[in-house]
Amino acid sequence: MTKMNRPIEERESVVVKFVGDSGDGMQFTGGLFSESAAFAGNDLATFPDFPSEIRAPQNTIPGVSGFQVHMGSAKIYTTGDLCDVIVAMNPASLKSNLKWAKLGATLLVDSDAFDQKSMEKAGYSSNPLDDKSLAKYHLLKAPITTLTVESLKELGVDQKTAVRSKNMFALGMLYFIFNRPLKPSFKFFDVKFKKNPKIAEINKIVLEAGYNYADTIEAIESVIQVSPAKMEPGRYRNITGNVATAWGLLAAAEKSKRGLFLGSYPITPATEILMELSKHKSLGAKVFQAEDEIAGICSAIGASYAGKMACTTTSGPGLSLKSEAIGLAVITELPLVIVDVQRGGPSTGLPTKSEQSDLYQALFGRNGECPVIVIAASSSDNCFHYAYMAAKLSMEHMTPCILLTDGYLGFGSALFKDPKMASLPPINAPIAKANDTSYKPYKRNPETLARSWAIPGTDGLRHRIGGLEKEDVTGVVSTDPLNHQVMVNLRAEKVARVANYIPEQEVDGPAKGELLVVSWGGTYGAMHSAVQQMKRQGKKISHAHFHYISPLPKNTAKILKNYKKILVCELNGGQFVNYLRMNFPQPNIYQFNKVQGLPFLINELTDKFNQLLEEK
Amino acid sequence: MDFINTTVERSTVQLQKADFESDQMVKWCPGCGAHAILAAVERVFPRLGYKKENFCLVSGIGCSSRFPYYVNTYGIHGIHGRALPIATGVKVANPHLSVWVATGDGDSLAIGGNHFIHTIRRNVDLNVLLFNNEIYGLTKGQYSPTTPMNKVTKTSPHGTIEHPFNIGELVMGAQGTFFARVPDNDLPLMTEAMFEAAKHDGTSIIEILQNCIIFADKAHFGTISKENRDENMCVVTDGQPMLFGANKEKGLRLNGTNLEVVELGKDGITIDDILVHDRYDPNPGIHIMMAKLGPPNFPRIFGVIRSAMFPTYDDLVEEKISLAQQDSPIKKMDHLFKSGETWEIK
Repeated sequence: MTKMNRPIEERESVVVKFVGDSGDGMQFTGGLFSESAAFAGNDLATFPDFPSEIRAPQNTIPGVSGFQVHMGSAKIYTTGDLCDVIVAMNPASLKSNLKWAKLGATLLVDSDAFDQKSMEKAGYSSNPLDDKSLAKYHLLKAPITTLTVESLKELGVDQKTAVRSKNMFALGMLYFIFNRPLKPSFKFFDVKFKKNPKIAEINKIVLEAGYNYADTIEAIESVIQVSPAKMEPGRYRNITGNVATAWGLLAAAEKSKRGLFLGSYPITPATEILMELSKHKSLGAKVFQAEDEIAGICSAIGASYAGKMACTTTSGPGLSLKSEAIGLAVITELPLVIVDVQRGGPSTGLPTKSEQSDLYQALFGRNGECPVIVIAASSSDNCFHYAYMAAKLSMEHMTPCILLTDGYLGFGSALFKDPKMASLPPINAPIAKANDTSYKPYKRNPETLARSWAIPGTDGLRHRIGGLEKEDVTGVVSTDPLNHQVMVNLRAEKVARVANYIPEQEVDGPAKGELLVVSWGGTYGAMHSAVQQMKRQGKKISHAHFHYISPLPKNTAKILKNYKKILVCELNGGQFVNYLRMNFPQPNIYQFNKVQGLPFLINELTDKFNQLLEEK
Repeated sequence: MDFINTTVERSTVQLQKADFESDQMVKWCPGCGAHAILAAVERVFPRLGYKKENFCLVSGIGCSSRFPYYVNTYGIHGIHGRALPIATGVKVANPHLSVWVATGDGDSLAIGGNHFIHTIRRNVDLNVLLFNNEIYGLTKGQYSPTTPMNKVTKTSPHGTIEHPFNIGELVMGAQGTFFARVPDNDLPLMTEAMFEAAKHDGTSIIEILQNCIIFADKAHFGTISKENRDENMCVVTDGQPMLFGANKEKGLRLNGTNLEVVELGKDGITIDDILVHDRYDPNPGIHIMMAKLGPPNFPRIFGVIRSAMFPTYDDLVEEKISLAQQDSPIKKMDHLFKSGETWEIK
C-alpha cells in the first residue's frame, strides 16, 4: 500500500486530533487510528475530549466531541499539548479546536459541512475555508460527505447510512497521510460487524475511497512516517486507565485468592471500571450495581467482612456520599479499595473534565480521626499497578485505601505491556485460622498493627464488629476515654507504618540543587516532559513525582531539605502543597496551580520553572 | 426440620439457646419489646440446624441495631440506614451464610428507605427483623415514617402532619416476596414467622410491632393488647379461612374487589364464604389488601401474609458466574492478558 510517489517525511512524534459533532463517531475513528499507530509499533497516548451531554444540539460548540492521539518513535508521556493534525468534521469543531493547532498544522476539514447555517451556529461570520483566516495552517479541504456518498452509490446504501460513514473517509485520508496500511482496520470491521457484514463492507469501501482520494490531492506533498518506538519486548495492548484499574483489581483478587467484589454506582468518569468488571464473571468477579453510592460502598464493606477483596469505584461527588461508610471501614479495620476517578468539582462541577481537587477529601473528608491509605496512579497504564498495590496494602494492613486517578488517566489510554501473574508481588492477607483460641477481633500484628481477618463461616471465630468504638484487643463496645485515645492512636500508627512497606521516593535529576519540582498523580506526563525539556536546555532541575500520598515515603523530609526552592505543581488550588507544608514546615515551598479542567501544558510549566530559577 | 436452605452448612450437633447467648450486657430499657425479639431469635437459631458459624447478623443504627452485639454469631453493626446494603454484600460474597438483619422503622424506612425498596426488589436472600415502634427511640422520641398522623412527639408537638408508611404495602409495592407481621408480645407467633422467613428464599421482611416503653408506650396496644387482640387481630395461616374474634366467629370475605368483615351464622354466612389464605399466591393483590387492613373497621392481619417464590438475587449471581465460567475461555488473569487486541514486540 505504500505510495512511493511522494517523499516520506520522518517525524519523532505527532499529535492528531479528530473533532466533530457528538454523533460523528470521532471516538470510534480516533480509536481506530490509535490501533493503527500501535500496530505500526509507535508508543502512544490517547485522550477523548467529549461533552457531558450525549448529543448536544447539532453543529454547536457544546456538541463538539474529540479524540486526541499522540504517537511517537520515542516514549510518549502525554497526550500532547498542541496538534500537528486536526481533522474537523464541521465548523463548530474547527472553531473550538483551532486554538490547539500548532502553527502550520495540517487541518483536514469536510468542506461540505461548511454551509451557512452550520457556520452561523459555530459563530463564523464568513467561511474560514475561503477567507484566508487559516493562512497560517496547511488547509486540506475535501468534500468528504459528497465523496462518501458517491463511493457508496453502487452499493445502494441509503443517504443517511452513507453520510454516517464519512468519518471513515477522513480516516482513510489520514491513513494515506501517515502511510498506514488499511488491512488491520478491514480485519477489525470484519470482527466488529460480524453480525452485519454490510456495515463492514460500507466501512471498508469508504475507508479505501478516502485513502485513494488523498492520493489524488496535490496539496499532500509528502507522507509522514513515524517509526516504531524502541520498547521492551513483550505483548502490548492499548489500554485506558479505567480498564487498567479494573484489571489491577482483578489481578489482586486472583493473587490474594479472596475473589473480587465490586459494589458501585455509575458516575462519570469512573463508570468504565464498573462496566469492565461486569464483563469478567468468568474470573469469579461479583459485581453489584447498587441503588446509590452509599449502597455501593456499604455492600463492599459487607463483602469485605465476609472475606472478599472488596472495592467500590466512584468520582468526587460519589466519594462525598461514601464518607461516612469509609469511616465504618476504618473503625472496623476492614480492607476496602475505594477508587476515585477525579473530575472537576465542586458538586457536579465538570463531569467529563479532569482535576486533582479531591486530594483533601481523600485525606481528610470524614468525621473523626479517620486516616486511610491514599495512593495515586500517574499514567493510564500504571493504573494497573497502583490498583493492584491499593488492594495489596489494604488487605495486608487491614484498612481502607483510596486510589486516586482522574478523568484524564481514566478516559485516556496508553500502551500497556501485559504482565505475568507470577511476576506480581505476593499478597498475604492476615486471615485468622479456624479455632484459634487466642483470636481477638482487635489483637494486632506487632509489626504492621493490622488486626486479623476472621471470616464468617470459619469455626471458632465468631465475633462482632461495628461502628461503635471498641475496646483494644477484645473488640467489646467501649466508651472509655483512655481506650478511645489508644484506638485513635493505633489506627493512625497502623496507616503511618505502611511507609515501611512502600518504595522510597525517587528523584529524577540531581539529589541536591536549586529547584525541585514536585507533582503527584495524573500530571506526571506533562511534568516529566517539561523537566526533560529544561534539562535539554542545560537547566539544573530535579523532579519528584509522588504516587504514595498517605503515608508519604519515609525519605520525603530528607528530599525536601536538599533544594533551595521547591515548586509543587497541581491541578487544584494547592492541596498537596499544603499537605507537604503541614507535614514539613519550611518556607521555601512554592506552588503552581491550575483549575480549568485541563491538563498542564508543557510550556506553562517550563515558563514557571524558569521564572523560579531566575528569581533570586 | 423439613426445610432449611441447602446452601447453608448444617451443624453436626444439636445447638442450644446457650450457643447463641453473647456475654454482653443487654442495654435496652427494661420492658422494651426488643428483649422479646432477642428471646425469639435465641430460640429460632439453634433449631434451624445451621452451623453456628454460618449465621451473620447485620444492623444499622438505632435501638434495634444493637442486636448483633447481643447474639453470639458473626455480626456487623453498620451505619444508619445501611444495614441492607451491608447485608447484601455479605450474602452475595458468601451465599452459604444465613444472613439476618435487625433494623427499625427509622433506620430502614427513613434514612434507609432507598435501600429498603431496592433490596426487596432484587430479592436478596436476607431475613429482616424490622422493629416497628413508630418512633425514634435512640434519639429520644421524634416521629418516624410509621408514626400515625396527628401523633404528638418531640418533633411534632402539635401532632404529625405526615402520612405514615404501611410497611406491608411498601414491601409489596417494591415487589416483595415475603412479608409477615407479628407482635412482640406473642413469642410463638414471632418464632414461627422467623422460621418461615428462614425457609423463604428471598428478602423476608418481618414487621414486628414492638413497644417502646419510654417514647411510644402502648403504641400498638389498640391492636395487640389482651383486651383488644380478639377483636383487632386476625392471625392468618396458609390454607385456612381468615377468622378472628374471641370464638373465631368472625371472618373476612371477598366481596367484589374488597374485603369485608362477616359473622359466621349471620345472614346465612358459613365457613365456606370466608376467604382462605394463600400466602404463596404470586399475585400480591389480596396480600396488599390484607396488609392494609386495620382498626377501627377491620382487624389487623398477623402471621405470614406473603411468601411467593421468585428467584433470588444471590442465586442469580452464582448462576451467571457459573455459566460464564463454563463458556468463557478466560479462566484466569493470564488468559485475560492474552485476550483482545494485542501485539508482540520482540
